[in-house]
Amino acid sequence: MMTTLARQLLDRYQRGLPLSANPYAEIAAELGVSEQDVLATLRQLREQKIITRVGPVFDHHKAGASTLVAMAVPPERLDEIAAYISRFDAVNHNYAREHDFNLWFVVTAADQQQLDAVLATIETDCGMPLLNLPMEQAYHIDLGFKLAWQD
Amino acid sequence: MTILTQQQQESLKAAIQDGLPLTARPYATLASGLGVPEDAVILQLEQWLQDGYIKRLGLVVRHHAVGYRANAMVVWNVPDDQVDALGEEMRQHPAITLCYRRPRRLPDWPYNLFCMIHGKDRTLVHQQIEALIQQLGLQNIQHAVLFSNRQFKQTGGRYARVG
Repeated sequence: MMTTLARQLLDRYQRGLPLSANPYAEIAAELGVSEQDVLATLRQLREQKIITRVGPVFDHHKAGASTLVAMAVPPERLDEIAAYISRFDAVNHNYAREHDFNLWFVVTAADQQQLDAVLATIETDCGMPLLNLPMEQAYHIDLGFKLAWQD
Repeated sequence: MTILTQQQQESLKAAIQDGLPLTARPYATLASGLGVPEDAVILQLEQWLQDGYIKRLGLVVRHHAVGYRANAMVVWNVPDDQVDALGEEMRQHPAITLCYRRPRRLPDWPYNLFCMIHGKDRTLVHQQIEALIQQLGLQNIQHAVLFSNRQFKQTGGRYARVG
């Protein structure tokens, strides 16, 4: 069960982490709790894998090169190939989706050359073509995710 | 005022891409790792946020873990001269969390507009897609709904230079 403090942190600090020497103390003061409670709750959220991190979301385009890739993997090889793909540091999101193109992953790298090298390696090792779908335009502004609490 | 060198910026990116330290003075911790003053780290992060290089700094939530178990990527085959206008409209829609234009790859992949919808269950997501089609008049736009059924990996992007 999620504590009130955990919910407040999730609601208010998906963006705007204070850029001051003691950011967690600043959050604590804002919420009327102790710095230790804030830190303990954040650690707990991370251990419970409710958050992946307290940190930056980089702009894929400005921070480097990235692309979305899809593969049509024979179902009996999905586990094996997904595990192979996940082992790349350059791969951050890796999902199975219900479609002929059933494996979808995001590859990020410092530049296009490194990105292309990763794609070429994957294509060669797996022996099947990749659907390379780089972003051409983003329409949304990433403000984090608004959670609707039910209980 | 210390300005970080290109190499120090790369090191800072590498140090934060998996998250800030959960210690009382995270920027000081990062700074000592780089051998620079705490102020320089804070200034660099401010600069990156201002430039849009970092879109946001804070808790990065896993949707699935907070009860949003239905995650659909909805893809549309929109005529090229309409795709930007439709993307702008879609991003206003409360159900949509991300919206991108990507290239078609014919003949296998005819879709050029991608949006993400996260919902508590699939029925709700289907209802939201139906509402979207009605509200934006998309009845004649070919689309596909790709629910995710397994997550193999979800971490932050790796932009630090390697090798």
